[in-house]
Amino acid sequence: METIIRTKGLSRDYMVGAQVVHALRDLDLIINRGEFVAIMGPSGSGKSTCMHLLGCLDTPSSGSYELDGEDISGIGPDKLASVRQRKVGFVFQAFNLLSGANAQRNVEMPLMYGAVERESRRQRASEALDAVGLSDRAHHLPAQLSGGQMQRVAIARAIVNRPSLLLADEPTGALDTTTGQEIMNLFRDLNKQGITVILVTHEEEVANFAQRILEFRDGCLTSDRSRQDVLGMQSL
Amino acid sequence: MKFSDTLFSAFSSLRSNILRTVLTTLGIIIGVAAVIAMVGVGAGAEQRIQGVMDTLGSNVIFVNNGSSVSSGARGGAGSLISLTEEDARALQEEGDAILVAAPSIRTSAQVINSSRNWFSSIYGAGSGYLEARGWDIVSGRTFTSQEERSPTKYAIIGQTVATQLFPEEDPIGQMIRIKRVPFMIIGLLDEKGETPWGGDQDDVVFIPITTAKTRITGGDRFRGPFVQSITVQASSAGEIMEAERQITEILQRRHGIKPGQPDDFTVRNIAQMVTARAQSERIMSILLASVAGISLLVGGIGIMNIMLVSVTERTREIGLRMAVGARPKDILFQFVLEAVVVSLIGGLIGITIGLAGSIAVARVGDWPIVASPIAALLSIIFAALIGIFFGYYPAYKASRLDPITALRQE
Repeated sequence: METIIRTKGLSRDYMVGAQVVHALRDLDLIINRGEFVAIMGPSGSGKSTCMHLLGCLDTPSSGSYELDGEDISGIGPDKLASVRQRKVGFVFQAFNLLSGANAQRNVEMPLMYGAVERESRRQRASEALDAVGLSDRAHHLPAQLSGGQMQRVAIARAIVNRPSLLLADEPTGALDTTTGQEIMNLFRDLNKQGITVILVTHEEEVANFAQRILEFRDGCLTSDRSRQDVLGMQSL
Repeated sequence: MKFSDTLFSAFSSLRSNILRTVLTTLGIIIGVAAVIAMVGVGAGAEQRIQGVMDTLGSNVIFVNNGSSVSSGARGGAGSLISLTEEDARALQEEGDAILVAAPSIRTSAQVINSSRNWFSSIYGAGSGYLEARGWDIVSGRTFTSQEERSPTKYAIIGQTVATQLFPEEDPIGQMIRIKRVPFMIIGLLDEKGETPWGGDQDDVVFIPITTAKTRITGGDRFRGPFVQSITVQASSAGEIMEAERQITEILQRRHGIKPGQPDDFTVRNIAQMVTARAQSERIMSILLASVAGISLLVGGIGIMNIMLVSVTERTREIGLRMAVGARPKDILFQFVLEAVVVSLIGGLIGITIGLAGSIAVARVGDWPIVASPIAALLSIIFAALIGIFFGYYPAYKASRLDPITALRQE
């Protein structure tokens, strides 16, 4: 199995006033290509910090991080942005679509920062919208879409640059249960096509879509278990 | 990120709030409009003044009779007749900064041909006068020096007189009568247009000065050698002051005026005549320049203000763009470009309004419309610089945002 994430002693400290807060302590983690991982934990447990570090939005205070063969520790903001552009796709709870741009343009946006030509940008955005089942909504503005559809656009935007890693932060948090289920099914389908998915959630139901569940408490990884039963059921 | 893409996103985010964009650019619009109007009005007025000065003749100095004093009552300009034809000759010969010095007398009279008549100015003056004024003959010929010296009955007429008396025929060779004296027209003058004070320079008949004195103004004030004025042309624009000095010196010597005594003549050049008029246009230019400067400054601050608001409002968008791979400099460039686009839109609208304004002013002031491409170009460049200068700080703030905090913003 090909390793896609490898951290060693990964830590992140914040200064709050004169006090040091250890948001994440000494994380040693290996995730392989094609895994579907859920990160769980109560608020303040360090799961968000972990996601930010894995998504290259933040830099660790100590420890090392290797993403898809690239050493991330200690590189500057420009290089970090470039790594995000090439290797990471983000899905947020609040969708974060640009209200003035239609679905197609929203999906194309990450490719602009990769200096992809206009024609191929359009092509790839259409493919991504197709993959989330929204080809017929390409020219709708976010305001003309339902919550589930907006999240699908956001997912299309996250996969359009063919990332090594798809990171989702509470992707069903703003959706009703049925729509949430649909979105989770979409993540599972994308995972089956070979995309590595890491999901941050505090809902057991959502986490159950994953094959592997990591639990955090007080900045430490406290549990790392595989859901063989889910896989077993699927293989039936 | 490619430039065209950045430009496109700048336009789309500005389009999403058109009213705000227009209000933001208002200061720039007014500033640039004022610059364009200022340059247009200033250049137009200057051209007109130059044009008027040119019709009077280049480097021309007018020497007139002075004022008489009789038992304490001063008679006013021209009341003391002291200038003579000899003075004119002396000026031309002795003053090395003087190209031509031509005597003239002027009166008004009814000019009659067989079927029409017209009241016009009659100048007793020779070809020297026409030369000093830079006045060409368009058809026929000027006086010969012999004709000027003897009381010959030849006349040269201006365009207005020609139109009034000979609307359909060629005036050359035709006869006219002035105070019952018949004259043959030998020349037709080129069109001169208006004087700075609005008179018609073409409403004129020239006859030799000797003829004027003996046959037309007979018994008038200009008897014997005396003349009404001497028109002098300096050898060059730079020699006008020197020519004036020489005129004063030569005439004071010839008229026996001792130091401290008032001159019995006046010397005036065209530059002095139009200076007053140019002054008012200059004041208008200064006014417009101040309006322009203040508006551009206020406009720039307005842009900065609105860009700061925009950065705050769009914090999440900035966070998102960073999350999908925008580098800090991409964000910086995007916001600076937005500010520049706003300024440029303002600049273009301002140029349009400024041009419209200067055309309107030119119509009212009756001077040529002067559109200056250089002023337009400079305004555009300046507007862009304002956008960069005042847009930089908000854009810098945006580029320094932490993506995590930015994404969390409500």
